[in-house]
Amino acid sequence: MDKKQSNGNVVKFNRWGYIFLIPFFVVYVIFSLIPLVTTIYNSFFENYRSGLKQIGPNFVGIANYFKLLGTPEIWKYLGNTLIMWIGGFIPQIVVALLLAYWFSDPSLRLKGQRFFKTVIYMPNLIMASAFAMLFFALFSASGPVNQILTSIGVFAEPYKFFDHIASARMLIMFMNFLMWFGNTTILLMAGMLGIDTALYEAAEVDGATATQIFFKITMPILRPIFIYVLITSLIGGLQMYDVPQIMTNGAGTPVDSTTTVIMLLNRHLTSKNVGMGGALSVFLFFVTGILSLVVFRINSRSEN
Amino acid sequence: MNNDISMKTHGLPVGVRRAIAYIVLIFFSFLCLIWFYILLINSTRSHQEMTLGFTLLPSTHLLDNWTSLVNGTIPIANGFLNSIIVSGCTAVLCTYFSAMTAYAINTYRFKGRTAIATFILAIMMIPGQVTALGFLQLINKMGMDDSIVPLIIPAIASPVTYFYLKQYMESNLPLSLVEAARIDGSGEFRTFNTIIFPLIKPAISVQMIFAFVGSWNNYFTPALILHTDTKKTLPVLIAQLRGADWLRFDMGQIYIMIAASIFPVIVIYLILSKYIVGGVSAGAVKG
Amino acid sequence: MKKKVLGVLLSTTMVAGMLSACGEAAGTPASTTEQPASTTTEQPASTTEATPAADTTAATPADSSTAEAPAAAADEGKVLNIAAWNEEFKSRLTDHYPGYEVVDGTTGKIGDVTVKWLITPNENNAYQDRLDEILLGQENASADDKLDLFLVEADYAVKYTDTDYTVPLSDLGVTADDLKDQYSYTQAVVTDSNGVLKGSSWQGCPGVMIYNRKIAEEVFGSQEPADIQAKFSDWDKFVESAEELKAAGYHVISSTADTFRVYQNNAKLPWVDGNKIQVDDNLKKWAEDSKKLYEAGYCDTWDQWGEDWNKGFYPEGKVFAYFGPAWLIDFCMAADVEGSVAHDGGWAATEGPQGFYWGGTWICAATGTDNAGLVADIMKKMTCDPEVMKDIVLKDNDFVNNKPVMEELAKDPSYKNDVLGGQNPLPMFCAGAENIDMANLTAYDQGLLGDFQKAMNDYIKGNYKTIDEAMEQFYTLALQRYPDLVR
Repeated sequence: MDKKQSNGNVVKFNRWGYIFLIPFFVVYVIFSLIPLVTTIYNSFFENYRSGLKQIGPNFVGIANYFKLLGTPEIWKYLGNTLIMWIGGFIPQIVVALLLAYWFSDPSLRLKGQRFFKTVIYMPNLIMASAFAMLFFALFSASGPVNQILTSIGVFAEPYKFFDHIASARMLIMFMNFLMWFGNTTILLMAGMLGIDTALYEAAEVDGATATQIFFKITMPILRPIFIYVLITSLIGGLQMYDVPQIMTNGAGTPVDSTTTVIMLLNRHLTSKNVGMGGALSVFLFFVTGILSLVVFRINSRSEN
Repeated sequence: MNNDISMKTHGLPVGVRRAIAYIVLIFFSFLCLIWFYILLINSTRSHQEMTLGFTLLPSTHLLDNWTSLVNGTIPIANGFLNSIIVSGCTAVLCTYFSAMTAYAINTYRFKGRTAIATFILAIMMIPGQVTALGFLQLINKMGMDDSIVPLIIPAIASPVTYFYLKQYMESNLPLSLVEAARIDGSGEFRTFNTIIFPLIKPAISVQMIFAFVGSWNNYFTPALILHTDTKKTLPVLIAQLRGADWLRFDMGQIYIMIAASIFPVIVIYLILSKYIVGGVSAGAVKG
Repeated sequence: MKKKVLGVLLSTTMVAGMLSACGEAAGTPASTTEQPASTTTEQPASTTEATPAADTTAATPADSSTAEAPAAAADEGKVLNIAAWNEEFKSRLTDHYPGYEVVDGTTGKIGDVTVKWLITPNENNAYQDRLDEILLGQENASADDKLDLFLVEADYAVKYTDTDYTVPLSDLGVTADDLKDQYSYTQAVVTDSNGVLKGSSWQGCPGVMIYNRKIAEEVFGSQEPADIQAKFSDWDKFVESAEELKAAGYHVISSTADTFRVYQNNAKLPWVDGNKIQVDDNLKKWAEDSKKLYEAGYCDTWDQWGEDWNKGFYPEGKVFAYFGPAWLIDFCMAADVEGSVAHDGGWAATEGPQGFYWGGTWICAATGTDNAGLVADIMKKMTCDPEVMKDIVLKDNDFVNNKPVMEELAKDPSYKNDVLGGQNPLPMFCAGAENIDMANLTAYDQGLLGDFQKAMNDYIKGNYKTIDEAMEQFYTLALQRYPDLVR
């Protein structure tokens, strides 16, 4: 960037920087930026379909936002999303911390690490829709899980996992946990392996216990990566869709307790309620935007 | 919960702690694998057999289930083909152009470079669902509704892939190499294609796998765009299993279809697991 | 034997059809091009070697081939697009429409016309959403992509018939005379607000209670329909008998969803008045009665069509009865699966506590179709031709939309339904069909009754303490789906 240093030749070469950026920006502008602008634009109109009749678009200002944020639905669905995210995230981070700690603890010298890492990361690569369909089949009243549980006498008769708020949500949390704890373990482990072993050795010489080392050395150093994992997971959690959508067939049963925000967006999109869909998208945009800003801060801080 | 952990580790001899670690690890491995085991078993059993209860050993109806699935109303073969085309093209376009973008930011010192780099970083976390509405309207206007093209092209702008590749280039790509190429009279584009791209192959292949898997598993957008059965990708067809009036319900077909969409990825993963797990931690180093 | 003759005739006409198409392509316009495609009764010149009889109401297998002609007519499109939500019509067309050949799961052929099936499952209004998109884009679609024919259900027929997106049958050349034998309610469903008929159906859907003979014998000591009817003649007796069944370890019905149609059809109010949603008391009664049934352990709460709901189709399922029309018996009860109750003819039918109808599929022609002649012919063959319709009854045990045929078969002692253990249920169906009243239809029915059941299911299962909470949830879902309605 320093003009004094660059001679004409390098400037000529540096123009290539723009050329190389063209594909990215053309595609980004067309497929993300323009849609974002039209989405925001649409959120100010009443625009939906009643049967085969098109209603609107009529400009209504911010009425859609009032309608969206003024009804209890959106808050209920946001609550559902957060509950299911937290329920998956807490066990995920606890287990991941524990496993990562063991994996990176030189005194334990665990064998078969590669095998275990391979296995626990695997669910992350499974198609969420297929995974949800699989769990739906496995946990249905006549599915194998109930068959096994009744045959070993845990239940007298099949338990309907999908008919009770707690069990339906728990299944979704459990799937989220399964899909992500391996990923988190590996992320945290990478952070732990980056810690200078000399620190541990010095602490051990000073007579610190494993617990003290964990809380006094490992945790503080892990803090940035920990927050990073937390926020990216939260952003990912807000986008929760595939699993509850397919498991409950879009209905969020029972009693709309597994309906997530994106499922509501999907309902608006499929029923062509463009105005409300737009308002909901903008709402989501702001929520994730604020969260992204936090991640962005962390990223740029660690870059310096 | 953390107290729990500390109780266990407090002052225990290494041997005991190791044993606990193994038990816990085996437990979680079991938790990860059991579902796929049940899936595998049930996809070899007929509907009748399944109504009678679960068995630990596979049965003999794997082929029957497969043939009835292939001859059924769900165009599974098309689904596979579509998914492979979409994921393959996405992986190639995504990594190639992300590398190009990363190279531009990494190599050239042009005006506005930091601003652009910051911008891409800032949009990295914005989810695609937020723009889905405008995206759908746009592709409708462009006449690309019910086509796999809009599932592929947007992959050219993938901030996350760009970010990883830029990190990789920063630590693994000496700029002197670029200058040497210039002195040899190589054009910038050629330098990128023939010298730089091969050099960052390890990072490219990891990102390619992630892009492929991400696209293979994607459900939200394809479900909104694709309507004709023969154009649908696997996740959309799978979701259809849940939604359809299955007048003649055959669980064997359902299990085998889930298995067919899951196991290819698992096999690829097992072959490449070293790179994939390594790739995940490489991405974390930035933290 | 009959089939063979038909096949030979068909292949000849198909060759003829192909020849005529080739001639056209070679630049010698055949006289077919001048024939108005919509008048199937006229004979395109290129197929004159086929039997010239053209009275469709008296069709014989031989003259069915003449009606092949429009398919071969060169001025019609080469692709027939059909939208549906399941495989039922496809299998009807495959088995009964002369000249239909299966190519693969989603395509077929009639003569040189390719038939493309656009099947979108019904769940969550997905089929209607898809159909809306197609119809709204119809104008700009290329000829081969234009939708030609689509199927609708009573629950939302009005939404389409009361618009210009459907072609009046008279414009297609399907006359009142062709349709004279149909049950009048089937025409009322697809008649628009100006009294114009916009569709036609091959089936009538009076419903009955279909019960398991073995269980009846065991619990009630008889499997005769008359005896069982006495035990289920009203809802109070229904509950009493359910108690007896429970004591013997059986569920009276598979799911509380099974009786929904019975209550819904006996409701007085339409779902929507103006733009106000209204819920008939009989529907709330369904929710309350169902809750009692479920809590007493008389039945379960499965979603219909699911694996658990279906269990009763097999002896291990321990379900006494299902409520349904003829198509349920034949199309859904897994008669071709070994070990199912239906396979062994273990069912029987009786009227049950209240009469009702369920479902029914209507064929509509989409405005802009480039295959009007073929569409008209499909309507005539599948919904008016007594021979074809009789064949449907004999082969598939469906209840067809043709009074003389049904009444004849109802009296025919040789007609037996194997699934029902040789019983002839037709007299029962015929009586039911006469009583069906479809005055209450609105364009919102399918979405609203789906949402209503969803909300009430949670009340029945005990996830809501009161029915008012469930009603609240119903309104929430309904307004999400239909922003133009009010509570």
